[in-house]
Formats: sequence, structure tokens, C-alpha cells
Amino acid sequence: MELELLGISTWRWDFDGWIVAAGILCAVAAALLGNFLVLRRMSMLGDAISHAVLPGLAAAFIYTSSRNSLPMFLGAAAVGILTAFFTEWIRGVGKVDEGASMGVVFTSLFALGLVMIVQAADHVDLDPDCVLYGSPEYTPMNTVFLAGWEVPISVITLGIVATVNAAFVIFFYKELKFSSFDPSLSTTTGFSATLMHYMLVVLVAVTAVASFESVGNILVVAMFVVPPATAYLLTDRLAVMILLSLVLACVSAVLGHLGAIAVPRWFGFASSLPTAGMMAVSTGLIFSLTVAFSPKQGVLVKFVRRRILAWSTLADDIVGVLYRREERSKDSRATREILRSLLLADAFSLRMVLRWLRFRGELIRHGERYELTQQGRARAQDLVRSHRLWEQYLVSQAGLDEDRIHDKAEKWEHVTDLELRRRLRDETNAPRIDPHGTPIPDERAEAE
Amino acid sequence: MSRTQFFVAVSCTLAIVLVLGVWQFIMPSESDSGRPTWDEWTRLLLLKDYNTRVVTLGASLLGCAGGIVGSFTLLRKRALMGDALSHATLPGIALAFMAANALGMSGKSLPVLLLGAVATGLLGVAAILLIRNLTRLKEDTALGAVLSVFFGAGVSLLGMIQQMETAAAAGLKGFIDGKTASMGMQDTTLITVTAIICIGCCVAFYKHFKLLCFDEAFAAAQGFRVVVLDIALMALVVAVCIVGLQAVGLILMIALLVIPAAAARFWTQRMSRMVVIAAVLGAVGGMAGAGASALFSKLPSGPMIVLVYAGFFVISMVFGPQRGLLLRWRRRVRLNRSIDRQHLLRAIYEVLDLSGQRSTKDAPPFATVAQLLRRRSWSPWRLKLAIARACRAGDVQQIKERVELTESGLAEAARLTRQHRLWELYLINYAEIAPSRVDQDADAIEHVLEPQIVARLESLLASSQSEFPESPHELAPAENAFLTRAAHGA
Repeated sequence: MELELLGISTWRWDFDGWIVAAGILCAVAAALLGNFLVLRRMSMLGDAISHAVLPGLAAAFIYTSSRNSLPMFLGAAAVGILTAFFTEWIRGVGKVDEGASMGVVFTSLFALGLVMIVQAADHVDLDPDCVLYGSPEYTPMNTVFLAGWEVPISVITLGIVATVNAAFVIFFYKELKFSSFDPSLSTTTGFSATLMHYMLVVLVAVTAVASFESVGNILVVAMFVVPPATAYLLTDRLAVMILLSLVLACVSAVLGHLGAIAVPRWFGFASSLPTAGMMAVSTGLIFSLTVAFSPKQGVLVKFVRRRILAWSTLADDIVGVLYRREERSKDSRATREILRSLLLADAFSLRMVLRWLRFRGELIRHGERYELTQQGRARAQDLVRSHRLWEQYLVSQAGLDEDRIHDKAEKWEHVTDLELRRRLRDETNAPRIDPHGTPIPDERAEAE
Repeated sequence: MSRTQFFVAVSCTLAIVLVLGVWQFIMPSESDSGRPTWDEWTRLLLLKDYNTRVVTLGASLLGCAGGIVGSFTLLRKRALMGDALSHATLPGIALAFMAANALGMSGKSLPVLLLGAVATGLLGVAAILLIRNLTRLKEDTALGAVLSVFFGAGVSLLGMIQQMETAAAAGLKGFIDGKTASMGMQDTTLITVTAIICIGCCVAFYKHFKLLCFDEAFAAAQGFRVVVLDIALMALVVAVCIVGLQAVGLILMIALLVIPAAAARFWTQRMSRMVVIAAVLGAVGGMAGAGASALFSKLPSGPMIVLVYAGFFVISMVFGPQRGLLLRWRRRVRLNRSIDRQHLLRAIYEVLDLSGQRSTKDAPPFATVAQLLRRRSWSPWRLKLAIARACRAGDVQQIKERVELTESGLAEAARLTRQHRLWELYLINYAEIAPSRVDQDADAIEHVLEPQIVARLESLLASSQSEFPESPHELAPAENAFLTRAAHGA
């Protein structure tokens, strides 16, 4: 029912269900390891391996002259592991920057693979596209019977890989965590960080290669990096991060397939888009939303939070200025221009904050000029009292010079509440005037 | 300088041998008809064919520009930026194709496609910089995320295009694989113009880019606009990447940016030389790869260029006179040998000291191998080698089990022992380390003591010590692990 609302009338569980299952299994297998890749700054490894395995595939293909998947899997996995070793070796021995050594290794291997394929083109027909850009859509075509069920081979393969990865992460959780955050401490306490590194790398290579054949390299490379990166922006705890990344990976896999079916319908095309590409795009969408709106790390969230803080400070300053003018002269009112020159605020913020204060009923406007209402005066009284109590405290208790206290009091007045004012009063023996000689307003709460 | 020249000569020879070897390996032996004749060689080398001329020129200029721009990105630790960027161009190409078709233009017009590529390429770079600067994610994660998501979007869009018009979309895949061999005059002109612009920019802003690579904070303090410079450098990467996409394809383009620069790093410590070497390697590799592909019918040129680069890299890594493996290995061996010699001489001297032989003048002073073996924890094999080398250097003479010091050897042994003891005394008197523990500390530093330091030690310790200090601790035989193990074994 709901599916049809999206324009997906062709959904078939025995077809689309398996595609989504393969996508989810690949996503889970990759995201499990991806958390540690992101934490260890090895995010590009998935991409590097995905290109570097080509000579392994080609060699297996040329030697066996068939597209049997086992030799190809072994060849690719061997080259994938070699890639990681070469990268590490060139980085360590040649003192080349990690990214550069990865770039050297995988491009060279990829080129070698291309040359081998062209050389072998007479004897065998091997299209790198078929191998590297395998596709989830082919999943339901290749099936075996397992316990009476007709199950696609790739779902079985990916299921095994996902289980192995899950077992690895669960059994070595402590070691992985330890060696990811502090490799040298881990090594000195007996868990060899190097060993963990290579175990991780081997599993990454195996996962990548198993996924290429069944769902293609685009999906697995995206799932290695993007869901863990998204989860990293949402939490500070490793266990939560791993679970979140798994959930996000599954959600993107489902969304991706739905999108692949639905999006072309919106533009009036009959058939669907590449599922793997759309799954990668949906991880990207979730990632961008998280970058913007993550509760703690979100870029927009942080921006808005800072803005609100700045504006509430500005509102305090405005009522404070008006209150002080009221104290000094009978004409307490001020135009926006005066406020602006006193507070050095930008025009937009000032306008917004003045509107907000009028809406709250703390200010009223007489023509061009603004005046405090009773309510606004009350807020200002608290603020000015806090300011002057702080000044008194800084002089009498902290022994600061009179000319150095204003800035500090100006900062702290915004965060001083009734309780703190009471303590300040008690500490400074309930003063009536501040160090500059101006009277300290009474506490409203106690006047009543 | 002569050593550098020696290295260059050896490396060039090996490069040629390696390239020939790769050809031999790759060429299937049965297809003798595919083997080029002498005539074909001369045609290639003299650039007689128009097509060869165009392709070779394009490939070498592209390699040259890639090497120069790559040097800066390598030193800025952004080597894989090109990777992310070239993947990010794919959705742009697809979108440009769709837009052009929708507007009724030919979707395959090169400028339109390249414009799209530039647009999403820059978008990708912007996304990477934003993610890196505004979130707590690191650079590699930003690269990986942008790369995979943009590439996924590109593949999806290509899928959509294939449904629109299958025939017209056929050439778009060429951007992933490249098509060097069929490079036309138009492509070469584009490459030439871009390469000249890139090289010009790098020369004009050499100083600025150099500062950006080595000390960003200092550049900012000097009043340079770091962000603007960074964007300018990235724009050059985008430019090279996009003309390269046409020629060698998306993946291999990364090699042009990374490998020549990484190889050049092994040859020099000076930035200016590194840029020049990277440019030369890039150009020569491009030429050789394109040439190989022109000569042999079944060698694709893009991958061949990259394989030639890979050969350059391996040679540079092994033979590079600045950071090369061979050089570092030789340096280490030489250091180890000099340390072994000093240990041997001092050990003999200490044996003499223990047995009180030093004073006798008539017979040459000697120590037996067994005695020496007990002095330090060195293996018999290592000691044997050290003695053999010392014999050749004229420090000692070996007569069966007796190792005799020559006159010059005795003087040298005395000097070394004196240095060792001076340092020990310094440690005891000034660093207040217990006499029983100074031996190892002195052992670590005695090999690098310079005459000036020895002179200062002498003046510091002059008042308290005689001309030749006695050992401040008992000359007990060292715990020799090899002997102990042998004893346990027996």
C-alpha cells in the first residue's frame, strides 16, 4: 500500500527482497569494519583495494580460463591484502606519506590489471566492468537451494562475510578499541597493534572482494566510510557508534533501493536506476543531514546555538544600557542609532533583538526611541545588580584594581542567577554601592 | 656530485632494462607478427606519424603538468585529493550531458561536458574542505565520503542517461577508462593550453605555494591569503584532472598526480629540484608509455604510462640519492661496521688492561679470541667479521687465536678507550650516575664524540684526573648471551 504511494507498484518480495537483503548484508559487513577504518584514518583503503584487485582477478581468470568465482575471489583477495602490505611498506620504509603511498600502489596495480586484461582479450572475455561494477540487481538471478529455500548465492556469501566480521568485532572489541585509540599503549600491554592492523586489513580486503562480485565496488566503498562517519558525528561512544552505523547502513540500503525504483518514475521513465549508486547516494543524503543537524556536532546546530547565545547577550546589554541611562538622567530613552554606537552591534542583530524584546513586553517604542517597561526594568535590575556585585567582589575579595574589573563583570553578569547573587552579597557583606561609587540596585526577590 | 651521477646512470640503465623486461613479459611470445620492426621503431622515435606525434606530445605535456602540480599536493599531504576529485567529476559529466540534451544541443560536445566536470569537481573539493574544517571528521574520511557518494551519484545518473538515449551515451564511459590512443588534435590542444597555464601558474606563484606546503601558519603571518592560495592550488589540480580524464581516464589520472612527485621526492631535498624532477619524470613517462602503446598493438597507452611511472617509482625508491633504500642501507652498514671496529679495538685494549700487558714493549700486545668474545655480548660470527675487517684496515693482525694490535691500532685503541673513560668520568662527576651504570651510557655515545667535545671533556676533568684515566668501574666481563646460551646448551 505505502509502496504504491511512492510509485512502486512493481515491488516483488522474491526479487526486490533479495536485492535489499544483499544490499543490507554488504552494508552491515562493510560498516562494521568501517568504524575502525574511520577511527584509524584509513578511510581510503576500501577505495584503494577496490581498484587494486584488478590484476588478481585478471590473473585468476587467465590461468583458469573461466569465470569461476572461487579462483577469482582468491586472486582478488590476495592482491587486496598485498595492496595493504605494499602501502604500509612504502610508507614505513620509503618514508612516503600514507595517502601518496596508497595512490602509488593502487594506481600501479590497476594499470597492471588493465594491461593484463587487454593482453588476454584474445583468449578470454573479461570486462573489468562486470567484475568491478557488479550489481545488486543481478542478485536474484543466481540461486541455490538451501534447506528447501531458493537463496541467491551472493546473499549467502555476503551473509558469511558479515557474520565473520561481526564475530571479529565482537571477539576483538577490546583489542580493536584499544589499538585504534592508543596503538603504542596497546602494544606495550600485550595486544600487538600491528597484528590488529593487519587482521583488520585482511578482513577489509576479503569483504571488499566478496562485495565486488555480488553488489559492486561503489556500494561497498561508500558503506566502509559514510555510515561510520555519520555515526561518529552523532555519538562519542564506540559501541554506540558501531550500532548506529549499522542502523544507518541498513536504512540507506533500503532507501537506496526504493529510490532506485521510485526516482525514475517521477521523471517518467519506465525502468529503474542502478541500485548500488542510489544506495551510495542515500548514505550521502543521511550524511549531509547529519553534518547539518547532528545535535552536538551539527554545523547548523552549532551556528544557531552560537547565534542564540549572542542575541541573548545582546538583549541583556540593551536593557542594561537603558537602565543605566535611566539612573543617570530623566531622559532614559534611546534611538536605535545610539544603541548601535554604544553596543557595537550589527544592524540586523540589533533589529531582531529589539523586535524580540518588544514582543516580550520588555521594551516599548515611542517613535524612534525605545524605553524600558516595568518588566524590562526588572530584568535590567537583576543584570545591573549582578554586574555591580561582581565588581564589588572582585575589588574586595580578589583584590583587583578598579579599572580592571569592568570587563570581567561584563562577561559574568549574563550567567549570574539569584543564588549566585546571594552568595556574592554574603561574601561582600551586602554592599550598597559598587567600587565606582554607583549604588547597587536592590534584589527584587527580596524587596517583595 | 660524482656519486649522484653514478646513481643517475645506474638508475637510467635499470629503468631501460625494467621497461624492456615489462614489455617482454607482457608481449605474448606466440604473436611474433605483433613485434615491431626496425622501421616501426624509427618511425616512432623520429615521430614520423601524425597520430603518434599528437598522442606523445599530449601524454608528455600532461605528465609534466601532473608532476609539477602533484609535487605541491604531495608536500601538502593531499595526494589523494586528485582521487576524490576525479571521482567527483562523474556526476557533472552526466548532468552536463543531460542538460545539453534537454536544451537540444549535442550532449557529447567536449566543452559542455568538461564544464559540468569542473562544476561538480569544485563542488567535491568544497565539500571536502567544509567537512574537514567544520566537523571533527579527518581529511581521509572527508575524501572517502565525498568520493564514494559523488561516484555513486554519477553512476546513478549514467544509468538514467542510458535509459534516455542509449546510442548517444556510448562515449561517456570513456571518461572512466580514458582513450589516450585515439587522442585527437582537439584534445592535445586542450592539454597543451592547460599544461602551459598550470606550469605558468606554478612558476609565478612558486614562492607562495612553497610556503603554503611547508609552513601554512608562517604564510598566514606573512600576510598571504592562505585560503585563496589553497583554492588556487586546488583549482590547478581540478584543471589537470579534467583534461587528464579525457586522456587516461578517471583512475589512472590519479597516478599522474601522485607517482612522479612521490618518485622525485627520493632524489632531492630541495623543492625546486623536486618540481623539476617530477616534471621530467612525468614527461618522459608519458612519452614512453604512449610510445610503447603506439609500437605494440595490444598495449593500452593509459595503463602503460602508469606502469612506466611505477617503474620510475621503484627505481627512485631503491636508488634515490636522498632517501633511497640502497643508500640508507649502505649508510647503516657503514655505521655498524665503524661501531664494530671501535668495539673491537676497545675490547682488546681492555683485555690488555686487565692482564697488565700494556707496559711491555718487546712483544706486540694481543688478546685471544676467547677473551674478546667474553668482553661484549657479540656473536662469534660478528666478532670474526670485525677482526677480519680490522686486519684489512691494518689495525690488528690475527695469528691463529691471537689478535695482535699493530702500532697504529694500539694508538687508535688507546684513543677510543680514553674517550670512553672520559665520558664515563663526566657522567660520574657531572651527571651523578653511579659508576657501575655508566658503561652502557658511555657505550651509546662514544661513537659520535667529536674532537671538540673530547677537548672540552679534557678541560672539564683536567684538574681531577691524570693524562690517561683508569676505568672508573671494574672491567668485569660482560654477560655474553651467546656464551651463556652455549653453556646451557652443553
